Amino acid sequence: MSILSRRFSLFAGVLFATSAITAQAQTLLNVSYDPTREFYSDFNRAFNQHWQAQGNEALQVQQSHGGSGKQARSVSEGLRADVVTLALAGDIDQLHTSGKWLAKDWQQRLPNASTPYTSTIVFLVRKGNPKQIQDWDDLVKPGISVITPNPKTSGGARWNFLAAWAYAKQAYGSEQQAQDFVQRLFANVPVLDSGARAATNTFTNNGMGDVLLAWENEAYLTLKEHGADSFEIIAPSISILAEPPVAVVDRNVDRKGTRVVAEAYLQYLYSDVGQRIAAEHFYRPRNAAIAKEFAEQFAPLKLVTIDEFFGGWQQAQAQFFNDGGVFDQIYQEQ
Amino acid sequence: MSRRSSPVIPGFGLTLGYTLVYLSLLVFLPLAGMFIYAAQLSWSEFYAIVSAPRVLAALKLSFGTAFIAALLNGVIGTLFAWVLVRYRFPGRKVIDAMIDLPFALPTAVAGIALTALYAPNGFVGRFAADLGITIAYTPFGITLALTFVTLPFVVRTIQPVLADIPRELEEAATCLGARPLQVFWNILLPALLPAWLTGFALAFARGVGEYGSVIFIAGNMPGKTEILPLLIMVKLDQYDYLGATAIGVMMLVVSFVLLLLINLLQRYVAKG
Repeated sequence: MSILSRRFSLFAGVLFATSAITAQAQTLLNVSYDPTREFYSDFNRAFNQHWQAQGNEALQVQQSHGGSGKQARSVSEGLRADVVTLALAGDIDQLHTSGKWLAKDWQQRLPNASTPYTSTIVFLVRKGNPKQIQDWDDLVKPGISVITPNPKTSGGARWNFLAAWAYAKQAYGSEQQAQDFVQRLFANVPVLDSGARAATNTFTNNGMGDVLLAWENEAYLTLKEHGADSFEIIAPSISILAEPPVAVVDRNVDRKGTRVVAEAYLQYLYSDVGQRIAAEHFYRPRNAAIAKEFAEQFAPLKLVTIDEFFGGWQQAQAQFFNDGGVFDQIYQEQ
Repeated sequence: MSRRSSPVIPGFGLTLGYTLVYLSLLVFLPLAGMFIYAAQLSWSEFYAIVSAPRVLAALKLSFGTAFIAALLNGVIGTLFAWVLVRYRFPGRKVIDAMIDLPFALPTAVAGIALTALYAPNGFVGRFAADLGITIAYTPFGITLALTFVTLPFVVRTIQPVLADIPRELEEAATCLGARPLQVFWNILLPALLPAWLTGFALAFARGVGEYGSVIFIAGNMPGKTEILPLLIMVKLDQYDYLGATAIGVMMLVVSFVLLLLINLLQRYVAKG
């Protein structure tokens, strides 16, 4: 009983805390996905300076991070986000279909399909690359252990899956051969963590696996954290262009009167300052000039886009990841 | 003077009213909401969701590991309670306080720590791996995490009951010629059993629903180490609210039936 009541008072405390936050005037809530935490805390500081330099009052930007799908659900269930910066266009589409939180054409409102920065999927291997892993073909060899999170619960893992599929489709031609390829790849996966960070932890701290399929920015963060003498990054011959989009949540900004600042916030992601901060956090900037400045840090590799190769997120989600989709099939056949 | 004129807490009406409001807001409404939401499904749709092979495999895994974990705690927890109540030794108070730590620790932290310890290259997992046993990423690992998270239940339910059993009972039995095992079997066990069953039921129910700690150590392989709460998360990630609710309702019903059975057993034992 005492535990119950303690939990309850905690819960009440959280409620009061959040209502106190929303009561303040100049705030902006950015609901984002997991690995953008460090990037946005730097970006928020820069935007605040820029915003005040234009003669506005100081702004308090709140950040919320979590799995992309879970974050989208929170917003559609009433979390008052002014802007969403999520991992997949599909999650923002869901905000339109579930309650008209934003306009259907949200992705046309900002340049580059509302994606100010991109990333891709690379391999992280142990120092010296003891298993000689260079490309996707090496991942399906017997005796290789591959770490990737579960595509059913992790946005990043879906990109991993699609990158592998894109490789196999180009290398072998048919859908059936691509499916055989990913089936062999997943036969080499001993653990399916629920999220990207958990998978990184399994690979780096728990010592599982020979290779981790990771976001490029996560791979660089891991190098930074553990030192370059324990791991190295391998760029495969082909990978997928991951496009994490951003959008203003119309219904919330109209109710809160924050549309002007919310739009300025997202616009600023495309400015030279915003693009440079993104690159410093290992996201590939869209601005060609800034991308050139950081050319050394991003290996040149062939990138396919989800729209061209898979016909967009909705189709990819239905074909590969929904119940009964390709991912379920490759596990039923085992 | 009637006995009813001096209740400790004011008014039956007030207290019962408060209880009902509290229970409705926190327990009945959310649960009823689930059932009402799931009622959009026809019986055949509901059955198709909950009888899918992956759901059945997860059902067996979740209830099986929770049952074994509760049973393990039934033994270890009783032992802990016995040591804490019957013996005086330095550090007893500290150990007593530590028993509650699994409740205070965020379950995700527990999961990550246990995985690091029992993974094949972990501090303990290394030795197990030498013996050819894998602990993390198997049902064994799941059971381990559940045993950790539900440890306090059995200890805390047994402890006060054990402390209240007068020593004289055992002494009298011994004087009458009972051997130690007979004293345990005929005197202590019947007195402890109702509390033990309560602790077991609590640990079991908690284990079935546990997500945070298990998810890191389970490995989450479809059909092998996938727990029911993970399947619910998977459905939610597809925005399949109905499917998720159906599994939730099924878990609730199965848990309710099992807890009811334990309660009936407890009543039978208490009368016995």
